[in-house]
Amino acid sequence: MSQTHREMNGAEIFLESLRKEGVDIIFGYPGGAVLGIYDKLYDCDFIHHILVRHEQGAAHMAEGYAKATGKVGVVLVTSGPGATNTVTGIADAYMDSIPIVVFTGQVPSKLIGNDAFQEADIVGITRPITKHNFLVREVDELASTIKKAFFIASTGRPGPVLVDMPKDMLAKITKFIYPDHVEIRGYKPTYSGHSQQIKKAANALRKAKRPLLYVGGGVVMSNADRELTLLARETGIPVTMTLQGLGSFPMTDDLSLGMLGMHGTFWANMATENCDLLISLGARFDDRVTGNTETFAKDAYKIQVDIDPTAIDKNVKVDLPIVGDLKNVLAELLTELAEKPVTTDFTDWWSMITKWKDACPLEFENSDGKLRAQYVLQRLSKMTKGEAVVVTDVGQHQMWTTQWYEFNHPRSHITSGGLGTMGFSVPAAIGAAFAIKDRPVISISGDGGFQMNMQELITAAAYKLPIKFIILNNSFLGMVRQWQDLFYKEKYSFTDLSKTNPNFVKVAEAFGCKAMSTDNPAEVDGLINEMMEYNDGPVLVEFKVVKEEMVFPMVPSGGSIRDIMVKRLDPNRLV
Amino acid sequence: MKKIISVLVENKFGALNRVATMFSGRGFNIHSISIGVTEDPEVSRMTIVTSGEANILDQVIKQLNRLIDIIKVIDLSAEHHVARELAMISVNYQKGIRSEIMNICEVFQGKVVDITIKSITIEVTGPPDKIDAIINMLTPYGIKDVARSGLVALKREEQIIIKPKKEVTIS
Repeated sequence: MSQTHREMNGAEIFLESLRKEGVDIIFGYPGGAVLGIYDKLYDCDFIHHILVRHEQGAAHMAEGYAKATGKVGVVLVTSGPGATNTVTGIADAYMDSIPIVVFTGQVPSKLIGNDAFQEADIVGITRPITKHNFLVREVDELASTIKKAFFIASTGRPGPVLVDMPKDMLAKITKFIYPDHVEIRGYKPTYSGHSQQIKKAANALRKAKRPLLYVGGGVVMSNADRELTLLARETGIPVTMTLQGLGSFPMTDDLSLGMLGMHGTFWANMATENCDLLISLGARFDDRVTGNTETFAKDAYKIQVDIDPTAIDKNVKVDLPIVGDLKNVLAELLTELAEKPVTTDFTDWWSMITKWKDACPLEFENSDGKLRAQYVLQRLSKMTKGEAVVVTDVGQHQMWTTQWYEFNHPRSHITSGGLGTMGFSVPAAIGAAFAIKDRPVISISGDGGFQMNMQELITAAAYKLPIKFIILNNSFLGMVRQWQDLFYKEKYSFTDLSKTNPNFVKVAEAFGCKAMSTDNPAEVDGLINEMMEYNDGPVLVEFKVVKEEMVFPMVPSGGSIRDIMVKRLDPNRLV
Repeated sequence: MKKIISVLVENKFGALNRVATMFSGRGFNIHSISIGVTEDPEVSRMTIVTSGEANILDQVIKQLNRLIDIIKVIDLSAEHHVARELAMISVNYQKGIRSEIMNICEVFQGKVVDITIKSITIEVTGPPDKIDAIINMLTPYGIKDVARSGLVALKREEQIIIKPKKEVTIS
């Protein structure tokens, strides 16, 4: 009997299957239904198990790990509450197309449906928020199910997959046979784009006077950043990125217009409004990008490249759809353009963009001696030369980071986009830090979001991860406050945390981290330096910033560029 | 706009639920859904009748295709197809009207499948408008219960027309 056909129990099959998938790290928390696996993990030398402090943390860590590496992040939790605690992380991974596989224990098969202790129908609960999920009903199916789970999570448009394993499946014994390949007749992603469509796209590019590349997270996922950079530089076409697209093209490049959308730059949004050709690459015309879909790039010929056919025409009708993997499609497009290049002179187009840039630059008040989040981020970007892996949470600090931190590499910007999950940054940064050793990992949160998963600081300290945790503390749920300011007559309903926030320095110290705090702009550089140089474990720096600050520019929800709110300038003068 | 979609799906635990969850989660309409095993015991066929604007119906088909357990999605409305529904209609039985009910049943080529002193149950098959019509006809007599199967449908195969090689004269 060969090594691969040895008899094993389900728990051993689980671990051996992970080994076959090349998994060497999992994020988990033990419990009754998965005791069998934990018993084997104790002696397992090929899988590094990270003990988290809350299962939600495990799911976000797996996401952070997956986003930083492109590999599948793996979670292991018990049944019932262990499983339901991962739900937010799974939903987050589904919205942002992050490949994770979540293994949940389940009550023994014969008790399923009996309202047994720690029973929850996690397959039913997660059906709408997973790419696919499985309940293992026979131990013989365990290995092939794991193979399928990894295959589905990591191919096509990536996403979360959940595998529910009843306790008895982990104890039963069978031969371990790991399949070499997977055949799922209903799942055949399209990888190469339609050649005729790509030819048409090349023609449209040659004809356009005011083209714009609108780049989403798909470019990062398909590792097509080089192809994108070539395309932009060969043609001289401006590039604007979505929240998830940031990093796919260097923001320091002259061709970059920064982010578009609700809190995107004025010039990126104006370019979108005025372009005659919009080329969407792995972006999904999210409502935070388009505002009013009726007016979004309304005069432009629209090309959309995406691996997921459902993304095409979903929110905005496009003229030329191309279904395929971006790396392949862009490579083919580049070949087309090499034969017959784009020769258009875009000087007029660029002078329009420069005019918008001069009319409404990104700026903030920097002369009153008060500390502002934008200043901290600007200094952080300069002092780390845009080389760090930055993991943000959700809210004002997240948007300011897109405006002031200059991302120059793919997989450098990790954030919760689609679901907008507060509490994402701390655990996601931990997941990233387990993978990234050659660049600093910086977690940025507001004071609100930080408190949602701050227990994971303990995990960071336990594994001595040199993560830099930054809290931009304005003592408010800042983004909600901003909406209350602008749209709810300044009624700050339940957003003021100033009287109830904990002492973050003491919290961090109690959890085993080095911690510092300041509200003085003059001390920012010093603290950033100290933070960057400390590598013996996690360090937390609290920057106490002014609470009244708002994120501008802002296109109100469902609005168009004509509704843009700009801090000091009269928008009517601009548009 | 209404659409009939035929879906081949892995005959697996939870497959129907996946489809139903996708419809409700995305706010798509389901008028009827019927499901049964095909000639391959591992494959079931669902016939779904849905409605909406053209772009929504496009999304319905794409989102169905995106489900891993779904093998094939066929837009039957775009093709020649045969569609049938089965209904069982239980009507109040009163003395003296039995023959009237039987007449209606006969016109619609229905079958009496149950009869008691108080009621008569008719089975009828056909396109949905025919079912609507018989229900309409039977309503005055007092319908007790109706059970409809929902639509089942299949694509019509191409007709092979054999042309005569030369003119044939009929003597």
